[in-house]
Amino acid sequence: MQSIVVENIIKTYRTKKTAVDALKGISFSVDKGEIFGIIGPDGAGKTSLFRILTTLLLADSGKAFVDGFDVVKDYTAIRNRVGYMPGKFSLYQDLSVQENLSFFATIFNTTIEKNYDLIKDIYIQIEPFKDRRAGQLSGGMKQKLALCCALIHKPSVLFLDEPTTGVDAVSRKEFWEMLHRLKLQGITILVSTPYMDEAGLCDKVALIQKGKILSVNSPEGIAADFTKPLWAVRAVEMFPLMKAIKQDPMVESCYPFGQFHHVVFKSAENAKEKLEQIQKNGKYTQFEAHAIKPNIEDCFMALMQE
Amino acid sequence: MNQFLVFVKKEWLHIWRDRRTLFILIWMPVVQILLYGFALTNEVKNSKIAIFDQSRDLSTQAVSEKLAASRYFNLIKNVYSYKEIEATFRQGKIRLAVVFPNNFRNDLLHTNHAQIQLIADASDPNTANTLTNYASSIINDYQQSLTQNEELPYTIKTQVRMLYNPELKGAYNFVPGVMALVLMLVCAMMTSISIVREKEIGTMEVILVSPLKPFRIIIAKTIPYLIVSLLNIATILLLSVFVLDVPIVGSLLLLIGESILFTVTALSLGILISNTAKTQQTAQFTSMMSLFLPTLLFSGFLFPVENMPIPLQVISNIVPAKWYYIIVKSVMIKGLGFSAIWKETLILVGMTAVLLGISIKNFKIRLS
Amino acid sequence: MVQNNKVITAKELTKKFGAFTAVDKISFEVEKGEIFGFLGANGAGKTTAMRMLCGLSLPSSGEATVAGYDVYKENELIKKNIGYMSQKFSLYEDLTIKENIRFYAGIYGLSDEKIKEKTELLVKELHLEGEEKTLVRALPLGWKQKLAFSIAIVHDPAIVFLDEPTGGVDPITRREFWTLIYEAAERGITIFVTTHYMDEAEYCNRVSIMVDGRIDALDSPANLMKTYSAGSMDEVFLQLARKASRSE
Repeated sequence: MQSIVVENIIKTYRTKKTAVDALKGISFSVDKGEIFGIIGPDGAGKTSLFRILTTLLLADSGKAFVDGFDVVKDYTAIRNRVGYMPGKFSLYQDLSVQENLSFFATIFNTTIEKNYDLIKDIYIQIEPFKDRRAGQLSGGMKQKLALCCALIHKPSVLFLDEPTTGVDAVSRKEFWEMLHRLKLQGITILVSTPYMDEAGLCDKVALIQKGKILSVNSPEGIAADFTKPLWAVRAVEMFPLMKAIKQDPMVESCYPFGQFHHVVFKSAENAKEKLEQIQKNGKYTQFEAHAIKPNIEDCFMALMQE
Repeated sequence: MNQFLVFVKKEWLHIWRDRRTLFILIWMPVVQILLYGFALTNEVKNSKIAIFDQSRDLSTQAVSEKLAASRYFNLIKNVYSYKEIEATFRQGKIRLAVVFPNNFRNDLLHTNHAQIQLIADASDPNTANTLTNYASSIINDYQQSLTQNEELPYTIKTQVRMLYNPELKGAYNFVPGVMALVLMLVCAMMTSISIVREKEIGTMEVILVSPLKPFRIIIAKTIPYLIVSLLNIATILLLSVFVLDVPIVGSLLLLIGESILFTVTALSLGILISNTAKTQQTAQFTSMMSLFLPTLLFSGFLFPVENMPIPLQVISNIVPAKWYYIIVKSVMIKGLGFSAIWKETLILVGMTAVLLGISIKNFKIRLS
Repeated sequence: MVQNNKVITAKELTKKFGAFTAVDKISFEVEKGEIFGFLGANGAGKTTAMRMLCGLSLPSSGEATVAGYDVYKENELIKKNIGYMSQKFSLYEDLTIKENIRFYAGIYGLSDEKIKEKTELLVKELHLEGEEKTLVRALPLGWKQKLAFSIAIVHDPAIVFLDEPTGGVDPITRREFWTLIYEAAERGITIFVTTHYMDEAEYCNRVSIMVDGRIDALDSPANLMKTYSAGSMDEVFLQLARKASRSE
């Protein structure tokens, strides 16, 4: 069964002078119990998509269904069964942790006790601060509380719009561990993120850029679609090395990736020889090159340039 | 119902925890009443005057005594020439001079017509105007007392403004005005700001996605402000009765009922503003420009509407505060009953129904 | 001005807020032209430390000089000789590209001639020719960030502080942004940068990792990975940050 179905959704924001195409015909579907990642930079249209699926925004054309319900006609049914954590969601800063949680429990017609099992793992970490005002919590804590609030009514589908933006690496990792535990409870999770490295943590991802989906697949599938030869190269003189590589006509692109440059060649032949030649032509110390498998970011960048 | 109550409770916590705003909400009416009641009042007390009495008869003496005895005037000098009047004015010693011509009493009794010249320092036109009004009314009073004993009426001036306010107390006008102003401010502005704030921090998105009906969200958000407004009305009424000596002549129940009606009008205006405003600043600014200022200008408590150009008088009719102001004045000060204000009440009810209808219909079940 | 090529020297720099020690005796040096990564979990004390170095906040104790100036006495001189850019604060959206450059160059006291020259250079470098009169609002986020960076170094400061400059930017633009950083470093401008992207930490010459107000690790990314026997900076960071006992 499919929890979310999106069919050719188009959304344009019009003002008097300009029209901005936020979504230019998006289609994908999410299976029940899946963690589905919408991955793309700011301005890709992620938030518009989330608002359309949570019935907060009307699309200009196209159809979308959540749990089989139409997002336009059956909006009340959807509102009763989904959990939503908006991007800039910041809770009520002047209410305590406990007050925030019980408020959201009540407006969703439930109590903290009733669904405590679901949030227990997460809530236990913020419980020591339950009387503290939400405004005085750290970023990671706020994020955990917000997740509890979105979960408290045991939604069948959870929408998380950029839950990890601006959060440090440790909290991000913990957050994803929590999502995987929720998945075990059978909750479908649609999550967006600008961090490419989080793609590997999803069952399936849609890469999105400027309102268009570049690719929908499992992370492995996306990597498998990348067919061009990819090499990681490094030397002590990183910056001159990149300049030299970029000048070669055989090279399609060269971008820094941590301590390496990732070099994409136009065709599979002679890649190794090319690099050796480049090495000879310059003065590099500790030169090192080897063929590698692409990660999601390599794929995203390749798709962006198509 | 539980959802609803929890929402009201949450809203109340916001108000309660934002102590600074709460403080302002509670003290604003007090400060306004005291400011308008005492400091900013256009009533002038103990103004220094001089009298140039060329007739020196019974009548001029009676008028002079009446003037000197009033709380508005303080006779500091009798002068004996126009030159002296001018000199005294120049020294800034007086703000008004009263000149009785020769044969004042004679003229009055035999020709039924006498003249008194009032000379005021018009460098402050408002005060000058007020002072001459006061003096005229006191003289008028004297004329009326004469008329009572005679068959033929002497020349009479009428002063409509003083009919229900014989002492010309400014506070009589200000109390209803401040009530309108405070209710507008608390209900309309605070409601719109508090709704827009939820949009800003993103909680509105989550609440909209909840099973809570949009209609209930609105009502729940307004109830705490309704309570604060009632508190404000009580404060204003208590202050006006015990501090400003402005009694509630008519029915207290009617007054409160009408005030609640006006509160609802203001609340629906607040919701209407929140429908369009995207930021708290916009909400605040819109409330200021479209509610606060018109209330100040067109309700009639600072500037009499009758004196305005016709187009402005027409505009004033769509300002709810104008009707509320008339109602409060009628009930509280003139002591009139519902029969006298049913028209105004009906207008207010109509306005409220339309505003509430539009604002609830426009309250978005979705974003943008 | 800058002695021994040290653009930043900090010795036991400390900041206390009441009983809470936000920054606890940190000591480090940053050399001219270096790209220095300043990492730490949320609440580790990064922002507080950066504020002290920018002359915006007085230290409670310890010593520090930035661009050769003392953070206690010469904070006005520090402000003149540094550049600053963050994800949150960048440019005026309702001014054009040219007007933004003109404004920021103006507040650093550049002459009209110099401003003109700089504007031309900058527009050329960013390939924004013909777009000078475009409102910044109309630019894509990535361009805004690149422009903001170029403007932050328009007055050729000794050092530029970058606070999470690439948040939310697409991967290609992010790398173009880093190319700009490399170019600036080659010109001798020292770069002091915080980021949540751990691959970006690997672009730095040296990286410091703050935990609970202290600097727990400071070395080149390669050495750090060796010391902590980790395959990436991400692992190094997680190992260190997981020890943290406090959060914001």
